[in-house]
Amino acid sequence: MKKTQINNKPLILGRQVSRRDFIRGSAALGIAGTTAGLLTMSGSAFAATPHRGGRLRAGIAHGSTTDSLDPATYENGFMSNVNYSIQNHLGEVDSTGAMVPELAESWEATNGAQTWVVNLRQGVEFSNGKTLDADDVIASFQHHMGETKSPAKSLLEQVTSMRKDGNNRVIFELSGGNADFMFVASDYHVAIKPSKDGKIDPTDGVGTGPYTLSEFEPGVRFLGKRNANYFKSDRAWFDEFEMLSIVDPTARTNALATVEVDTIDRVDLKTAHLLARKQGINVEETTGTKHYTFPMRTDTAPFDDNNVRLALKYALKREELVEKVLYGHGTIGNDHPIAPINQFHAATLPQRQYDLDKARFYAKKAGGVKVQLSAADAAFPGAVDAAVLYQEHAAAAGIEIEVIREPNDGYWSNVWMNKPWGACYWGGRPTEDWMFSTAYMGGASWNDTFWQHDRFDELLLLGRAETNQDTRRSIYYEMQQIVSDEGGVVVPMFANYVFASVEKVSHGALAGNWDMDGNKFFERWWFAF
Amino acid sequence: MQHILKIIAQRLALGLLTLFAISLIITFGVELLPGDLAQAILGQGATPETVRVFRLELGLDKPPYLRYLDWLGGMATGDMGVSLSNKRQISELIGMRLSNTLFLGGFAALIAIPLALTLGILAALYRNSLFDRTINTVTITSISFPEFFIAYVLILFFAINLGWFPGISNISSELSLGDRLYRTLLPAATLTLVCVAHMMRMTRASIINLLASPYIEMARLKGIKPMRIIMRHALPNALAPIVNVIALNLAYLVVGVVIVEVVFVYPGLGQLLVDSVSKRDVPVVQACSMIFASVYILLNLFADIVSIITNPRLLYPR
Repeated sequence: MKKTQINNKPLILGRQVSRRDFIRGSAALGIAGTTAGLLTMSGSAFAATPHRGGRLRAGIAHGSTTDSLDPATYENGFMSNVNYSIQNHLGEVDSTGAMVPELAESWEATNGAQTWVVNLRQGVEFSNGKTLDADDVIASFQHHMGETKSPAKSLLEQVTSMRKDGNNRVIFELSGGNADFMFVASDYHVAIKPSKDGKIDPTDGVGTGPYTLSEFEPGVRFLGKRNANYFKSDRAWFDEFEMLSIVDPTARTNALATVEVDTIDRVDLKTAHLLARKQGINVEETTGTKHYTFPMRTDTAPFDDNNVRLALKYALKREELVEKVLYGHGTIGNDHPIAPINQFHAATLPQRQYDLDKARFYAKKAGGVKVQLSAADAAFPGAVDAAVLYQEHAAAAGIEIEVIREPNDGYWSNVWMNKPWGACYWGGRPTEDWMFSTAYMGGASWNDTFWQHDRFDELLLLGRAETNQDTRRSIYYEMQQIVSDEGGVVVPMFANYVFASVEKVSHGALAGNWDMDGNKFFERWWFAF
Repeated sequence: MQHILKIIAQRLALGLLTLFAISLIITFGVELLPGDLAQAILGQGATPETVRVFRLELGLDKPPYLRYLDWLGGMATGDMGVSLSNKRQISELIGMRLSNTLFLGGFAALIAIPLALTLGILAALYRNSLFDRTINTVTITSISFPEFFIAYVLILFFAINLGWFPGISNISSELSLGDRLYRTLLPAATLTLVCVAHMMRMTRASIINLLASPYIEMARLKGIKPMRIIMRHALPNALAPIVNVIALNLAYLVVGVVIVEVVFVYPGLGQLLVDSVSKRDVPVVQACSMIFASVYILLNLFADIVSIITNPRLLYPR
């Protein structure tokens, strides 16, 4: 089987640079990351043409015995993979970060993006034999609306009505214009499932996906068999897809090293370089929207004073955090949540530097800064180390940070959004509007900085309804600047998704919206031999 | 004989009482932990609104004592209830994992117990020889390392360097017995290394203890061979403490193997308990705890009965 190896180092201006130089250089230029969001660490296998067959076995870092098939409860990478392997959504994010139709065939926005007409693909069959129609779509959305436990509830609150127009068309009416609505409507929770009497059975495991559910033991194993009727003819190359939950990083590495599995996610960053040296194993990474943050409660003293926030933002050596906490597998952040791969990332916004003079200046203006930082590794791997490094960096500017180590258990309910300053991670969102509405809009449920900024909120509504790309660009630019200069969040870095496979696993261009090719590796990858 | 049955009945009744006490402690212990299942499952995605709906759905809005009484009522009729998180029957959820745990524990016990007894007897026979010292050093070294370290060393040599065994022990129902044994050999070997020292040294110590007694001296004077003295004369009297230690180790093989399960990705009961505690899935935690507690109680009962049978004096306590 023919296999082409691409050079393992990205070429910039005809000169070979190491990955680290690349990150440093691109950060200085403010173009951190490539447009495709793909960095390849050790030669990646791109086989010329996809090829059918085999059983793909994946070792996944998530999965718990408490997992359930109900789309409203998906909360980890394992279930996200199960979701995408047995079910489809209206649209999907492709390798360029664009939203493309999946179960929808096309869509059209009218009335200032307030009315969305979605035309469904015809002749798509569910694994129970039912043919997809508009009622299924409406019932699937309703599972996440009204009285529901679904985290997608707040996303879909903007939908004021859904109605069908024939069997293959659904019309959504929104409370206000939203140019990015299809991204929201294709959120991973909103899997399209067959309806019966206007309701879906959330735990039946039936869907239109590339694989049909064969075995599922929560926290242990998932086995899917290829859906012979799958509507995408150029996808789902494996006959079978098996997934094991291997939470322990060492066990995961062992499983790959002994070829008990063909691919693993979340490679242990400390040993990634050693794994890459092993014959027959490729380690690869994508830069996505995942970022690590230190949110401050701007409604609580002393963080209600922007001078304190700025002093702290200037008192951090971001490069060192990328180097020591991410082992180089990431890019530095600029105190706003918009990733380099996002469409309207403000690339020309000056990068915030470690500047002791400015830190001292703002600290003095605030009358001295002495604060507590709560961290636990539940927030992100290495959060406690990052906090301690932060403490050292800030001490040089006379800023006192006391690091409080919190228990991992119950971190999200007791520390996050409760303690004045803590550590947090965000998977990020594919669109600016979504990210900002989720965590930065005044009064939003997950506004973890309790931040309220009138101009920002005004721009958010303007940008959402605007359909002119250039106008949107300038709106989102200004918003990123506002968050960076006045927001309550320190965003030190964007973390890469790092995964590894045996040599025979091949793929095309990788999507960066989630781990492992947008959590769709089982549908997009193939065995080269 | 009647006496022994009476003792067993008494101990079983006491055991039930113990189980009841444990269930109370576990339930309210988990209740004291911060957060509940709704918050734990929704995680970062929890909002007051969605948590409220989820709690209603799970019945977590009822006070804890009512939920406990419900559970106790179900338990009394043999119904363990359903898992809060995915609504599966707990008996079904536990069934496969319990059999996996018992399989691994049983396999390890089959290797470890004969090995420990043989080594213990040989060490007693050739006490203070080079053999005795080597065995002691090796087993004490292996018990002194944490079990994950032993597991990693075994994986490094036998799975990665030599490639004889798989690096993880994922097993599924479609495997044949031979495959299952092959795939679980490394974890079983890890457990064996961890628990052999304890049993081996107890066997050696209790035999040597007896070797100083007059009846053994008599046997030796009669010219009986040393091996026969140990097997026929010393061992039966030394059995009680040995059986006690074996029972403790068997209990460990069932309830204490969560680390080995994690390292080898073996789907046993320990992992289920850890997941359920971290997600506050109380009914599953209760069911697992009841199983673990019953294992301890039954094995201790078994050890006591064996002690009594081998030492009839214990039948008539003063």
